[in-house]
Amino acid sequence: MTQNETALENTAAERVFRRGEDAAILRMSESEIHAYEPLDDRRMVVNMGPQHPSTHGVLRLSLEMEGETVIRSKPIIGYLHTGMEKTGEQLSYLQGATNVTRMDYSSPLFSELAFSLATEKLLEIEVPERAIWIRMLMCELNRISSHLLFQATNGMDIGAVGAMIYGWREREEVLRLLEKITGLRMNHNYIRPGGVAADLPDGWRDDTLRILSNLPERLDDFDGLFTGQPIWHERLQGVGVINSEECLALGVTGPLLRSTGYAWDLRKDMPYLHYDQVEFDILVGTYGDCFDRFAIRLNEIRESIRIVHQILENIPDGDYRLQDKKITPPPRTRIDESMEALIHHFKIFTEGFKVPAGEVYVAVESPRGELGCYIVSDGGPKPYRMHIRGPSFTNLQVLPHMLQNALVADAVAVISTVDPIMGEVDR
Amino acid sequence: MAEERDHEEDPSDQMELDTGTSGEELLYEVPMSESRGQKVLHPTRDQYLETIKKLSEDGFKVCIDVTAVDYLENPERDIPRSISPERFEVVINLLSHKKKERVRMRIQIPETDPVIPSIFDFYPGSEALEREVFDLFGIEFEGHPDLTRILMPENWNGHPLRKDYDVGGIPVQFKNAPGAG
Repeated sequence: MTQNETALENTAAERVFRRGEDAAILRMSESEIHAYEPLDDRRMVVNMGPQHPSTHGVLRLSLEMEGETVIRSKPIIGYLHTGMEKTGEQLSYLQGATNVTRMDYSSPLFSELAFSLATEKLLEIEVPERAIWIRMLMCELNRISSHLLFQATNGMDIGAVGAMIYGWREREEVLRLLEKITGLRMNHNYIRPGGVAADLPDGWRDDTLRILSNLPERLDDFDGLFTGQPIWHERLQGVGVINSEECLALGVTGPLLRSTGYAWDLRKDMPYLHYDQVEFDILVGTYGDCFDRFAIRLNEIRESIRIVHQILENIPDGDYRLQDKKITPPPRTRIDESMEALIHHFKIFTEGFKVPAGEVYVAVESPRGELGCYIVSDGGPKPYRMHIRGPSFTNLQVLPHMLQNALVADAVAVISTVDPIMGEVDR
Repeated sequence: MAEERDHEEDPSDQMELDTGTSGEELLYEVPMSESRGQKVLHPTRDQYLETIKKLSEDGFKVCIDVTAVDYLENPERDIPRSISPERFEVVINLLSHKKKERVRMRIQIPETDPVIPSIFDFYPGSEALEREVFDLFGIEFEGHPDLTRILMPENWNGHPLRKDYDVGGIPVQFKNAPGAG
């Protein structure tokens, strides 16, 4: 029996199909919730948010409680909605990456990657080998920084304020490298259709190696501080439990799904870039509780370090982007000497390049789960429709189920280990 | 529009499809097309739930995405000939872990009657996704347990991702603001 069959055995998803009063979700509109007075006078509705340190953005929860126990709840979202999908229809394919990178601000390179892969699939082009490896390098570094951010905020949410300092410090080391390579700490706009924006700068290898050699020791510090600590266990173990069948029914992906013992990782199961050429393990949990989700993210950093080491060995020389005048701008030096290069440069940055009509869906494994990009092209230089399937948006649906019959004090731990990034939820 | 209604009521069209005389490729008994190597199914609204049922029984256990496209400005698109294009298209992305395969569904929704059955009973994870499509496109999902706005404020007018919803120059609508409608 495979790992996944074992995980699915004896699990049921009955509770996520419920529609009536016994469902975990408080299915009411905002104004109905406002006017709602439970018949049972032991119950009351408590509002949590829209601003709370643990909500990683602006998430609001309405909780129907009986004493300290949460009976039903509903996440109320949209506070960060800025119509990014609508904006995406106004921007050319070259500008599109600057838009999508602002969705999931703790792992921006993944949205750029999904967008670029979708555009390239529509164009039916292949990017150079070196560009593929650079993309993998950047994504794995970004996965490390994103999971370190989780360690920081998760610790802070649960009351281990020290974690914030540790997590933030390590993350900053990685961001400094990302800044050196892309020019920005966040919202890089580095991965673009056709390749990446620039080649790796001098000294990148030494900087990467320095991070890789420092990190394992620092991760052991996290183990020492949290993994074996009794208070940490008390706060996380057995809290916010969910099973594999429920996760599949709710469309949950990423570390949440893996924490239930179900091994599914797009990098392994539906490989993109060159993930089929590197060795790494998919980490799975056993109980699907907050502790498993914490542990999986901590250890995924170790797996990413393993991958980056292999990338450093394998990364070839060559072009960092496709040299196609119709898609990527010509090298800067050519502009001074070639009229044609100047024209192409001008055309690409004013009008953009045209993409043949069609529609595609491309997905990558972001630190939060499946991040997909659906693009419809009408043959013009701007997408006719650009949709991002954000993992946080779908993952957020598990909250009411995890919170049902849990103590309100655990709500913060549950929200924190779901690790939603609200910029991506609201888009 | 009248043509579309005839199409729904007239069973002879259906017969033609089943026997495959239109010369189109069928998958799960609905017309199939390929887009850049990805499989796309084109069920009609009436076939929709039945196709979903077949797919969910055939290992497509995860509903990855539900979204929509408004083809107001650009009615030309690559769909099988037996399918008549309509203004809206609801796009469903399903995933089978067992086969490691994705399948996409595009369902035509007429402007005059933007309603489609909800797939909540097969994939409860579609709840938030369908709410988003309802919010941003104004397409209603029949049988959805909680069809309310999700991203926009609940008293917002209009559906922003529709192509006739202009960008810019829109007065910002706030609850209880002076002059708010």
